[in-house]
Amino acid sequence: MSAGAPDFESLLREALSPVEPPADLAARTESALVNLTELAQEELESWELSTMRDPRNWVRPAAAVVIGAGAGTALVVLRVRLRHRARKQQSSGLLDLAERTISDIAEEARRLLPDR
Amino acid sequence: MADEPPISKAELDARFSELYRRHLRDVYSYSYYRVGNHHDAEDLTEQTFLQAYRHFERALRESNGRPLRPWLIRIAHNLAANFYRDRSRKPESTIEDAGMISSPHTTEALVEGREQLKSILEGVSHLPDDRRTALIMRFALGMDNREIARALGRTDGATKVLLHRAIRQLEGMVSENPDGTGEG
Repeated sequence: MSAGAPDFESLLREALSPVEPPADLAARTESALVNLTELAQEELESWELSTMRDPRNWVRPAAAVVIGAGAGTALVVLRVRLRHRARKQQSSGLLDLAERTISDIAEEARRLLPDR
Repeated sequence: MADEPPISKAELDARFSELYRRHLRDVYSYSYYRVGNHHDAEDLTEQTFLQAYRHFERALRESNGRPLRPWLIRIAHNLAANFYRDRSRKPESTIEDAGMISSPHTTEALVEGREQLKSILEGVSHLPDDRRTALIMRFALGMDNREIARALGRTDGATKVLLHRAIRQLEGMVSENPDGTGEG
């Protein structure tokens, strides 16, 4: 191929066309990032001890405690929630589910926010 | 120097949301051309915005009104470098899919055009990291010399030379291997 510089740059531009992100990536990342800290803050503020009597209520306050200190933790919540169904299927009961979820949150927080 | 008033949470989120909407495709494109597959590009994109969100307030303060795209791409750039280091691997050579899927071709031009693009992408994947990165920023993201310089932490002059050499090297590689087989 014998291409002069302008032609070659045109081809290069065509070869390296921008790549559209998958729609699901855009949707889940955007909603998680935009809502993250507000979610954590609201859940901490509305955390009442009485709700903790039911293990089904343990999951979200636990997430808020883990992430509530600052920004940038959307993906912790996102990833933990995405795996909720799998944990539910693996759990023998609500207490087991709560334990698995809290463990998952801690693991995600360690993985994604290593310097926290 | 007087302390600037802190930016409100609502203002910060609104501005980050705008940055995100404007540059999601840039970050994804950059990630894709660096790692060579959609799965890892999604991970890299998520991680980039997570990091960016964590440091957004400081970046805003220190930007003095300059565009934040170079800062964002620099995050993706550093994460991509870590990605290779952590996994001890180089980019996959499957990036030929991207340009050819998104570029419309017709009739006879299709075959020749695809071969040219394949050859170019094959060449890009064999360039030294700094040259490959500079070309991705210029041609996939449309960044100008100054933006690329900021993203790479180089001077404008050094960036201009880097791009020039990258294009010349790639052109030489393509002319030696016009069928894009990656052999020889």
